Amino acid sequence: MPDLLLELFSEEIPARMQRRAAEDLKKLVTDALVERGFLYEGAKAFATPRRLALHVAGLPVKGQDVREERKGPRVGSPEAAIQGFLKGAGLSSIEQAKIESDPKKGEFYVAVIEKPGRSTPDVLAEILPGIVKNFPWPKSMRWGAASREPGSLRWVRPLHSIVCTFGPETEDPEVVRFDVDGIGSGDVTKGHRFLAPDEIRVKRFDDYAPALERAKVVIDTDRRKDMILHDAKDLAFAQGLELVEDEGLLEEVAGLVEWPVVLMGSFDEAFLDIPPEVIRTTIRANQKCFVLRDPNTGKLANKFLLTSNLIASDGGKTIVGGNERVVRARLSDANFFWKTDQQVKLEDRLEKLKSIVFHEKLGTQYERLERIAALAKELAPIVGADPELAERAARLAKADLVTEMVGEFPELQGLMGRYYATLQGEHASVAAAIEEHYKPLGPSDRVPTDPVSVAVALADKIDTLVGFWAIDEKPTGSKDPYALRRAALGVIRLLLENKKNLQLRSVIYDALQKLEAIFVVDPKSLEAAQAKLSEIDDPAEKPDLSYFKTQDLLEFFADRLKVALRDQGARHDLIDAVLSLSGSSDLLMIVRRVEALGRFLDTEDGKNLLAGYRRAANILRIEEKKDGRAYDEAPDLQIVGDQGQIEEKALAVVLDGAKREAAAAVEAEDFEGAMRALSRLRQPVDAFFDKVTVNAEDPALRANRLRLLNSIREATRTVADFSRIEG
Amino acid sequence: MTSEPAHMNPARSFQGLILTLQRYWAEQGCVILQPYDMEVGAGTFHPATTLRALGPKSWRAAYVQPSRRPKDGRYGENPNRLQHYYQFQVILKPNPPNLQELYLGSLKAIGIDTALHDIRFVEDDWESPTLGAWGLGWECWCDGMEVSQFTYFQQVAGFECSPVAGELTYGLERLAMYLQGVESIYDLNFNGLDGVEKVTYGDVFLQAEQEYSRHNFEHADTEMLFRHFRDAEAACRKYLEAGEPKPDGNDQRHLMALPAYDQCIKASHMFNLLDARGVISVTERQSYILRVRELAKACGAAWLKTEGGGVAA
Repeated sequence: MPDLLLELFSEEIPARMQRRAAEDLKKLVTDALVERGFLYEGAKAFATPRRLALHVAGLPVKGQDVREERKGPRVGSPEAAIQGFLKGAGLSSIEQAKIESDPKKGEFYVAVIEKPGRSTPDVLAEILPGIVKNFPWPKSMRWGAASREPGSLRWVRPLHSIVCTFGPETEDPEVVRFDVDGIGSGDVTKGHRFLAPDEIRVKRFDDYAPALERAKVVIDTDRRKDMILHDAKDLAFAQGLELVEDEGLLEEVAGLVEWPVVLMGSFDEAFLDIPPEVIRTTIRANQKCFVLRDPNTGKLANKFLLTSNLIASDGGKTIVGGNERVVRARLSDANFFWKTDQQVKLEDRLEKLKSIVFHEKLGTQYERLERIAALAKELAPIVGADPELAERAARLAKADLVTEMVGEFPELQGLMGRYYATLQGEHASVAAAIEEHYKPLGPSDRVPTDPVSVAVALADKIDTLVGFWAIDEKPTGSKDPYALRRAALGVIRLLLENKKNLQLRSVIYDALQKLEAIFVVDPKSLEAAQAKLSEIDDPAEKPDLSYFKTQDLLEFFADRLKVALRDQGARHDLIDAVLSLSGSSDLLMIVRRVEALGRFLDTEDGKNLLAGYRRAANILRIEEKKDGRAYDEAPDLQIVGDQGQIEEKALAVVLDGAKREAAAAVEAEDFEGAMRALSRLRQPVDAFFDKVTVNAEDPALRANRLRLLNSIREATRTVADFSRIEG
Repeated sequence: MTSEPAHMNPARSFQGLILTLQRYWAEQGCVILQPYDMEVGAGTFHPATTLRALGPKSWRAAYVQPSRRPKDGRYGENPNRLQHYYQFQVILKPNPPNLQELYLGSLKAIGIDTALHDIRFVEDDWESPTLGAWGLGWECWCDGMEVSQFTYFQQVAGFECSPVAGELTYGLERLAMYLQGVESIYDLNFNGLDGVEKVTYGDVFLQAEQEYSRHNFEHADTEMLFRHFRDAEAACRKYLEAGEPKPDGNDQRHLMALPAYDQCIKASHMFNLLDARGVISVTERQSYILRVRELAKACGAAWLKTEGGGVAA
């Protein structure tokens, strides 16, 4: 069976895009073939810096012939009907149709239409230009004289040539001819840019890959990676060292060469005084080189490995020399920063933060620092940290922003602060908190556990959120320029994973009140707030703007909490059931309640109580509507005692006890206990519905029974809003 | 090249490097321009690149541009970093299909042998937020060192480039350090001569680096700079308005795109100085960049209404 070989030869494709592009090419071409009925045996795509290649094996020479029979009019039909049939079936005379008969219809014409399958190259020539033109590069560009015209071809970098051949192994394949914006397909490619720049004529994949290999191009990324890793380990081993493996770097480096040649360079041992993270960061980020370590001590060695794209005529001496120069310059910079930074104590840097505006409406970094320090001190006892240490850590947490090192490598913020803090003799928890207060940076980032870190991390994030709420810069839709969603998630994870109870409401309210002078209030929400205010008569009870903003921010937290819990697989209706009712802003408590509720509803008691609740709620809804009044008073126990049935009496007794017990348990944060209390309701509720007619003849009795139903609803409300529970 | 006297050899003379590049690109049909006479952060700001990249006209130019990055000052103490340095800038519009080969040819001309040196094109998407410009291309690496920036301009001043220009920027000092094999910029041989006749880069620029670092970080008058920023911004707008074609006039060309653009350049440099003084916060930075970009966009729009921008006289 014949094979397809396709190569798109261009200027250097970014390393990070190559693998995905090869996969896209394979999928687009094979999907288009299958869609047209062309099946194949196998396909594999390749990428190098300068080419995407695709091999599709075992394609048919042509598509399947299609035979179609079309029924026509009866024999002897009017001429117009016959002509219409001939035209539709593409026949020139009625003699070309055959005659069939069936007992119902009699004799009628049948046209047999035979469509021969199209040749595969024709179909390829039709499919491929569109795939090239609409290729899903993450970023693409126009170039050259053609870019004068609108709609000119876009590619990741200028596309130079296309190889496309098709044919069986036994004979010379044919070139599948097509043209994309002036680039015609052919059978000529080029080898390595420097080692074998000449043109190469290729037939099919079987000779293409070896021909390129001879021309110093390894088309398979994974093979290039293997070569690099293998050589890197060998070179390291020969020096008694160990490669610090780095899959991301390996993948990237393999995308920067067509013919990898690994070489070892070294740098002055004196540079090893610089923190290893800094050495790694500069060598990796700037030079795309691997670092090595001593397998016995685990310490970095003064060696690095570079991957060049050249078999150099001097064995690589010049290349190594050049790379060493650059590494030396980079490490000199880093060393300079490291040394000069140590000359100024972190606390003496704070002055500089006074001239850095955090946000024009929220003041300077220094002002922010003061707020964070105060808040961290306040939160410290709640999370079990020493207030003095928390305050100290918070005061120093941002000082490294004005160090040289962080100015150069912003990704080292926090870490450098920790180093400098340790060097100046700060308490270990203070140093750790300086690094960790940024964490967690996302759903999968590690959450700090040292109480000092937790206090500062919470203070940092809460201050950010409160600040932006104060000036009404909340995230909208996909826009969240200050990463406030991440900050809220950070607070949530810090509290939940460290199992810390914190009434966010009062913390937020107090923090907001301090910012009232800079409040920005959206006129719409101001209107809403004023409307609410006018409902409240007692001036002492009137909430202020901070109250409304607190409310709003708590809702944001609730939303984030829902997202976080949902991501962990919690039922969103249970979260709603707890949140819609709970006045609590203690996230840990809310989550415990959700969990307890989930477990309760999984039990028989829970399921039945839910059913009972629904029945009660339904009856109440109907009857309250009918009567135009609510039955929300407490049931009259006198009536129950005098006129009630036994089941009714039992329910009244249990209800009162269960409700009080559940409320007390909730108060004590014993949610399992609250659920246990509620579960006692199940049996009497069931019995009540079984034996008692709610709509009694006697209106007083009926009203009292409705109140009893209301009490069931009220009792469940001690733990959750059961009306929100689905399923 | 063989007739070149030794002191003009790019491997031993900084000016020899510049002259070799100029000659090479002159042979490719570039007009060899002189530096723009204003303080700019990069060669791209030269109107021969920013403005000429816009509009349909073909254009080939090469020039040295002194570039000022106030924040990069190191009081002359860092062997690799300067607040004032030279870029060699080449623009070819539309880019010829063999621009990569031409670039490699220029490396060969200055003595970089591709049989010995590892030359790589490493992804680097260029973006100038202040110019409202972006392009795709690479950092060109020689033995692990970035020696040039290679960009296919896609957009400048917020306008699509049609046709696309290819832009090459050589960091001259770094390239020369490699060619001359010196470890400090200040040790570069400037004139290629020896003994008493030898002039180093340090002889020419060390004092300036020290003085300007003091200026940029400690003494630059921020109040004045803020004021000059506002003034340049206002002047730019004013000139743009004054140069706008009259709605009822026959001549629909803009008459003052270039002077207006000068003010945009000035605002940009004021911003860089203020930034170096550390008086602009992260959030404010964004708004300043946006303000300069708005000027650049308006200047680009004006340029497109001039003869240079493709409007018939």
